[in-house]
Amino acid sequence: MRYDTVIIGAGLSGLAAGVRLAHYGKKILILERHYRIGGLSSFYRAGGIDVDVGLHAVTNYNPSGPKSAPMARLLRRLRIRLEDLELFPQFESRITFPGAMLRFSNDPELLSTQVEEVFPGQGENFRKLARLVDDLYSRDFESGPASARKIVSSIITEPLLVEMLFCPLMFYGCPQEDDMDFRQFALIFLSVYNEGMARPRRGIRPLLELLESRFEASGGELRTRCGVSRVEVEGGQARAVITDKGERIECGAVLSSAGLLETAVICPEVLATRGSTAGGPEPEPGRMSFIESIHALDAPARDCGHGFSLNFYSDDEKFIYRRPEEPVNTKSGVICLTGNFDYDKPVDKELLRHTQMADPFYWEGLNKEEYATEKKTWRKRSDHSLFTKVPGLAEHSTFLDMFTPATIKKFTGHINGAVYGAPVKIKDGITPVENLFICGTDQGYLGIVGSMVSGVGIANWHLLK
Amino acid sequence: MTGEGIRQAILDIIKEIVPDEDLSSVDPEKPFRDQIDLDSMDFLDIVMELRKRYSVEVPEQDYPHLLSMSSTVDYLLPKMESL
Ligand SMILES: Cc1cc2nc3c(=O)[nH]c(=O)nc-3n(C[C@H](O)[C@H](O)[C@H](O)COP(=O)(O)OP(=O)(O)OC[C@H]3O[C@@H](n4cnc5c(N)ncnc54)[C@H](O)[C@@H]3O)c2cc1C
Repeated sequence: MRYDTVIIGAGLSGLAAGVRLAHYGKKILILERHYRIGGLSSFYRAGGIDVDVGLHAVTNYNPSGPKSAPMARLLRRLRIRLEDLELFPQFESRITFPGAMLRFSNDPELLSTQVEEVFPGQGENFRKLARLVDDLYSRDFESGPASARKIVSSIITEPLLVEMLFCPLMFYGCPQEDDMDFRQFALIFLSVYNEGMARPRRGIRPLLELLESRFEASGGELRTRCGVSRVEVEGGQARAVITDKGERIECGAVLSSAGLLETAVICPEVLATRGSTAGGPEPEPGRMSFIESIHALDAPARDCGHGFSLNFYSDDEKFIYRRPEEPVNTKSGVICLTGNFDYDKPVDKELLRHTQMADPFYWEGLNKEEYATEKKTWRKRSDHSLFTKVPGLAEHSTFLDMFTPATIKKFTGHINGAVYGAPVKIKDGITPVENLFICGTDQGYLGIVGSMVSGVGIANWHLLK
Repeated sequence: MTGEGIRQAILDIIKEIVPDEDLSSVDPEKPFRDQIDLDSMDFLDIVMELRKRYSVEVPEQDYPHLLSMSSTVDYLLPKMESL
């Protein structure tokens, strides 16, 4: 059996690409190493419920936005309706820094007026920034790379406001340390602040099942517990993939969502001439990773005085976004109250989720016993910073689980558990291996919607001819 | 297929791609773009659906023929008559 394309990885990018290609009659095989699909946005069973690995919120929500908005375009390519996603909008989120708090919601006006109220005189600057972001988008991000910190600080003259605006955007999609490429900043600015956020009431599972069933209905084949250990390249062309079990599967093309350097492990040829053709430095793996702890609540958070959907906080005026020196940076984080979205009916189980930056080198270097004790220690410290932000919730929460960069590495294969992949992205998805393409995390579009946009985009450009 | 059959086939395809659009009042003489919110990817999808459903190839240089409903039907008729 020969496939038109073998897709490596059944995360959202690989699945979306598979749906698109299979719909147009291509013979597609998706190979996933893990026993479950979803990758960085998968789910597992704990305490009798489905618990999402990642999913705080889906960005780019924008239900009444133009047809040209990313979510609308994506869904048309997949023949999925927004209603099929069963998304419910956030109530309101916050950015909390020492001495200042900004509220924002799916109505961009709120952030704009908040900025003016909290930082008098900065309202006009903020609108100027928002216009710049919009402009860049309407010109399809044609500009070259530029430092977002430089550009934003040249417009917004209040340093604390700059830090506050960066905080959610870096947490939700920055592969590099300290700064962002301005295009990436603009993209996430639009998807978070302008288009807004929402959550599926039953978590990520229904979306994954929808993609899987669409894919299979169009004749696509999906195998889990079936990793790819090697891509066979001959004369600059991928000819076949070899699975972990040693099976050889012939194909006309390969689409890898594993990440560029992760793909290089099974196919060194993808790096062969990259450095010289791109003229750039040798690619380096990302090192931004996180811990995430999940607690079940036995009372609605709102009844305990906490009505926000998400809270992005930093205890320092300067927002530090880099691999921490300590195992966990407990001074900043993201808190998600999964019950605080405008659902049609209550969620089965309200969860409290908490994300903080963590040092992947540390967590991956521990042996089994050390790992267990360190996890306990740092969970306590992390919980401490969490519950000072949401007083009164500790008594109502039961700890379910905590994962670390090592967990992310183990289940998704991403080097350093780097959730947003390597700092340098392969925008066109092209590699030196003529018929091997990169989609997902290292192509450049990040997050739940972004990864699907990436899968569909690369499929369109290179594999649907 | 008759001209009417082709017209219906095109409408079905557009309906699948943009299910929320009202297609009941599409004027066959006016450009699609002035009546329905379709971008260039949507057009490509129409072409690919034609290939998928009817094995009809529309080469890129012929895309201008797909301007309006009547020009599309005229263009496709010789290709689809025998279906
Ligand atoms: C804790 C956390 C919270 C998050 N929260 C949000 C959020 O609230 N909102 C949001 O939009 N995004 C969020 N994200 C980000 C989002 O989940 C990811 O950006 C997205 O899921 C990436 O999808 P992908 O397909 O690009 O990559 P992946 O999901 O990593 O898919 C790659 C797949 O390839 C498989 N694979 C790797 N190597 C091989 C091999 N050799 N053979 C076979 N299979 C292989 C992996 O197992 C994996 O399933 C979060 C991520 C995390 C970790």
